[in-house]
Amino acid sequence: MNDLLKPAVEKIVKKYNAEISEFRDEVTLLIPAEENTAVAAILRDEFDFDMLSALTAVDYYPQTAPRFHMVYIFYSTKNKVYLNVRAALDGNDPSIKTLETVFPSANWREREVWDLFGIKFDGHSDLRRIMMPPDWVGHPLRKDYPLGWEEVQFTFNFDEIDARKPKGEI
Amino acid sequence: MREIQEFTLEDLRTHLSPRAFTGETVVLNMGPQHPSTHGVLRVILELDGETIVNCIPDVGFLHTGIEKNMEAKTYQKAEVLTDRMDYMYAMGNILVYTLAVEKLTGLKSPPRADAIRVILTELSRIQSHLLWLGTSPMDLGAVSTFLYTMREREMILDVFELVSGARMMTTYIRPGGLWRDVPAEFDGAVREILKVLPRRMLEYEALLTKNPLYIDRTKGIGKIDTKTCLAWNVTGPTLRATGMPYDVRKANPYCGIEQYDFDIPTQTDGDIYARYLVRLEEIRQSLRIIEQALDKLPYGPVRDNNYKFVPPPRSEIGVSMESLIHHFKLWTEGFTPPVGSVYTTIESPRGEMGVFLESNGTPKPYRIHYRTPSGPLLQALPLMAKGHLVADLIGIIGSIDIVLGDCDR
Amino acid sequence: MGLEQKAGNTGFITTSLESAINWSRTKSMWPLLFGLACCAIEMMAMQASSYDMSRFGMELMRASPRQSDLMIVAGRVSQKMGPVLRNLYDQMPDPKWVIALGDCASCGGIYNNYAVYQGVDEIVPVDVYISGCPPRPEGLLNGILTLYEKVRGEKLAHWK
Repeated sequence: MNDLLKPAVEKIVKKYNAEISEFRDEVTLLIPAEENTAVAAILRDEFDFDMLSALTAVDYYPQTAPRFHMVYIFYSTKNKVYLNVRAALDGNDPSIKTLETVFPSANWREREVWDLFGIKFDGHSDLRRIMMPPDWVGHPLRKDYPLGWEEVQFTFNFDEIDARKPKGEI
Repeated sequence: MREIQEFTLEDLRTHLSPRAFTGETVVLNMGPQHPSTHGVLRVILELDGETIVNCIPDVGFLHTGIEKNMEAKTYQKAEVLTDRMDYMYAMGNILVYTLAVEKLTGLKSPPRADAIRVILTELSRIQSHLLWLGTSPMDLGAVSTFLYTMREREMILDVFELVSGARMMTTYIRPGGLWRDVPAEFDGAVREILKVLPRRMLEYEALLTKNPLYIDRTKGIGKIDTKTCLAWNVTGPTLRATGMPYDVRKANPYCGIEQYDFDIPTQTDGDIYARYLVRLEEIRQSLRIIEQALDKLPYGPVRDNNYKFVPPPRSEIGVSMESLIHHFKLWTEGFTPPVGSVYTTIESPRGEMGVFLESNGTPKPYRIHYRTPSGPLLQALPLMAKGHLVADLIGIIGSIDIVLGDCDR
Repeated sequence: MGLEQKAGNTGFITTSLESAINWSRTKSMWPLLFGLACCAIEMMAMQASSYDMSRFGMELMRASPRQSDLMIVAGRVSQKMGPVLRNLYDQMPDPKWVIALGDCASCGGIYNNYAVYQGVDEIVPVDVYISGCPPRPEGLLNGILTLYEKVRGEKLAHWK
């Protein structure tokens, strides 16, 4: 582990009972989901992690508890180190506090995670769909949502696929 | 076929000021098809006369589902999809994906491949800045720079075609090194660009830098300061124009770029003119890097020898049984990296581009997420545009250099 | 003895009304600025000085659909953009033509998924398909010349 990361990691592990894992020189902390704003505030104020580099989610579908992991990646421009923080969420009606109050750049990213995964953010100023049209049903990046691919049209199935496709009327 | 999405004023109540509901200000739609929105971006403007009171960007018109599509293909087949995200910096998207895969699997790319990667990505950066230099003043009315810069851009695209066969979407950088070695004419072609471009840069400077019309339209407009940039995660030339010298190439170097000598240009004003000066200087620094890399280009192989992940050369397949088996496994099943997740970043012409890659021991990536720079830049647009005129908004959107394929993926 | 031979070299030619109208339509067709994604960059490269599109009559790209005849759909059309495309097509006055530039506009390209329309002909009727990802500017040129041949063979009653 990079020495510059040690003080921040030790404090968070002690205070919130987080689990550390290291892989290829990267440190990941698994924190309880309610503490995400508190951890972010500590990292920003005391340890110079001034940028929220990435915010995303991972779906572990056949497992329902926990089904989602929220991934936050913090970066410190002074010490030039990254820190990954994960929070585990359940499958039915997942929700977590918004990080918008601590890092304003989380606004659109949380909208994207809501749109594509269905994770609600409590306290978000404007939670609506960003990538898909507003009346779309479903959350596309979940593992149980189909890819939606269309069969390739060869000569033997040309007519049957053609009949199903909408054709632009003049 | 779905109907067109219509907003009513009620839906936007949280974004607009109360004056919109009394009719004092006008709410206008600068729609997805507009000559100067650089792609499909929709901005909802609340105007008091010509002054902008509120500006609400709406994205998602180019969402292609690339992340889900990549999760359905093996690591090798997913490389093709990466080029088309930030289509102006095509070599960069696949470079960051390759760096993530190499970090995950433990592959190392040989020094010759690293040097050629640096040359090609810096050429790609120059090509992106030249297109920006062509289209952004065109929005403000200076149409002639477009024709000049596209002429130089064609020279760079000729080099890409020489090396890989395609002008823009090359898929040349692969995990373990490169697809194949560069031909003999590569050196001459790149040196020709190094010779011609500095003189042409003086032509562009003569057109714009001291032009009173351009200075009038760009100085003092679209200001943003460093603290706001960091809070809103704005990176790239926009951050460097506010005074902070943060560049991923110096902070977390990759591909051996630390052996080359170059500076990070910064300005302090944070307005459109400062970003223009920063990008011009970046083109010159990129030319410096390319010259050093070309002089020091080492000899050697361009792909790693680890045939569990890297395809063996065709000449060996007919002779060695192991190579044949490796080739077969790679093409039918794909390679299997260890379980874990990584995050790598590079510097794209727009800012910091990163890939979050998680694998669960299968040949297909379990979760891949691109952290792209254009999203945060667009999010900070209302901060830069409040209080300015509509014509200034066009200049600001041009100066932050967004690519909508990057923002929506 | 036709009229031309009697008139000699006095400077007029005879042709049918249909050919004259079709010829004039090909000589100054103005495209609608509709670049969506990567193919738009190749379209811009085509407009620039190395492969000049103004020699074929497309001097400028009109931003307003009311003033253009040709819609070059360059790039992938996502779920949110589809109705906008149809709206713009409906706003263009007759006669109008559509070129689907690139693989994504012709057939969905490499994106066979939920978010991209598998071919822009699900929304608007297309006259010429150009393949390539992205197609070279010479490919776009070939497509435009093919469209001109098609226009020259059109009947007058086609656009009532």
